[in-house]
Amino acid sequence: MEPRSVAAEDPARNAEFEARIARGDSIEPKDWMPERYRKQLVRMMSQHAHSEVVGMLPEGNWITRAPTLRRKMGLLAKVQDEAGHGLYIYCGTETLGVDRHELVSQLLAGTAKYSSIFNYPTLTWADIGAIGWLVDGAAIVNQTMLAKASYGPYARAMVRICKEENFHKKQGFEIMTTLSAGTPPQHRMAQDAVNRWWWPSLMMFGPHDKDSPNSEEMKRWGVKRKSNDELRQRFVNLTVAQAKAIGLTLPDSELRYNEETENWDFGPIDWAEFWRVVKGDGPCNRDRLAVRNKAHDDGAWVRDAATAYAAKRASTTEAA
Amino acid sequence: MTKSETSGVGRPRPADSQWPLWEVFVQPPGAEPHQHVGSVHAVDAEQALQNARDVYARRGEGVSIWVVPSSAIVASTPDDMGPFFDPGNDKPYRHPQFYKVPRGVRL
Repeated sequence: MEPRSVAAEDPARNAEFEARIARGDSIEPKDWMPERYRKQLVRMMSQHAHSEVVGMLPEGNWITRAPTLRRKMGLLAKVQDEAGHGLYIYCGTETLGVDRHELVSQLLAGTAKYSSIFNYPTLTWADIGAIGWLVDGAAIVNQTMLAKASYGPYARAMVRICKEENFHKKQGFEIMTTLSAGTPPQHRMAQDAVNRWWWPSLMMFGPHDKDSPNSEEMKRWGVKRKSNDELRQRFVNLTVAQAKAIGLTLPDSELRYNEETENWDFGPIDWAEFWRVVKGDGPCNRDRLAVRNKAHDDGAWVRDAATAYAAKRASTTEAA
Repeated sequence: MTKSETSGVGRPRPADSQWPLWEVFVQPPGAEPHQHVGSVHAVDAEQALQNARDVYARRGEGVSIWVVPSSAIVASTPDDMGPFFDPGNDKPYRHPQFYKVPRGVRL
């Protein structure tokens, strides 16, 4: 039962598929799709799901040390959301015929990619604010675009996620506003967090368009509607005024408003650093994987207990 | 019509090692019908309901949740789509626009 692999070569079906994309149709799980479209979606969606899951780790680091109960409740709710986001996207990926267990195994084994931003450490409480404001802010720019992706289950997961990310961003911005207007050491802590998170946040959008072959293909298939550079520029344009409003400086001496393009021009990104972190040599790559594996192993007894309980209940029902 | 899973249909599924898949339908407040929102893995119906609540209804999105084993969903197939839904397209008299109303009358 592999009609698709044969059909994938079928030029007529391919043409029909391309026409559907051009019309803006939503592609649904049971629809015919080129094998390459399916594979690229699995790659992109699973990386996205993994990022949500790993994204819990830098923030989870601060739950027990949140400065107030209000902040602690907010952070707990945010981290729980990230788990939910991971599940929405894994669920979307499963509609493409992959097993979630397989994807989770790849993450645990260290063979799957996830967003490089989560390999940076959260050194102070202000980092939690900077992540909510900048990292979630960047994610919203990307995910708002993906909410119009040609693959229905992915788009629908993004709509749901975008609603929740707005809470994350506001929470982060409130933390930064408070710290920036606080005591001089608090203000310095906020500025230090921005200094460390700004450039990695810009890297979240991925390589420049000319160095991103996947990006072009995903655009052609209507999965992405905008290029990495377009999204990055949009994020910069949105963020400059926000930083100014709360008295923080973005660490880029070349940041200037360009009257002609109506964009904020920014300095060069350190791509050597980006590739180092992507390839596994960021400050926390090993630690993140170790913690994720430990959490998975520590949860084994819960999964075993649930399985045993269900088996027992099933056998009691049969006997009755 | 074929009986098949809503998720991962049309492809052979690898053995599922994380419990059966359940499709989740949430009814939003305000007399809306239940709507499909996604799926969860769960060992039994009770856990499926709890997981569905935790994943899909953390902010009062629902007043009621249905969970259905994905394998129990019977769905139309895209290949039938034309003929299967065809009767609707060639009967314009089912639509109000088909009927003429005298000028100046608001109906």
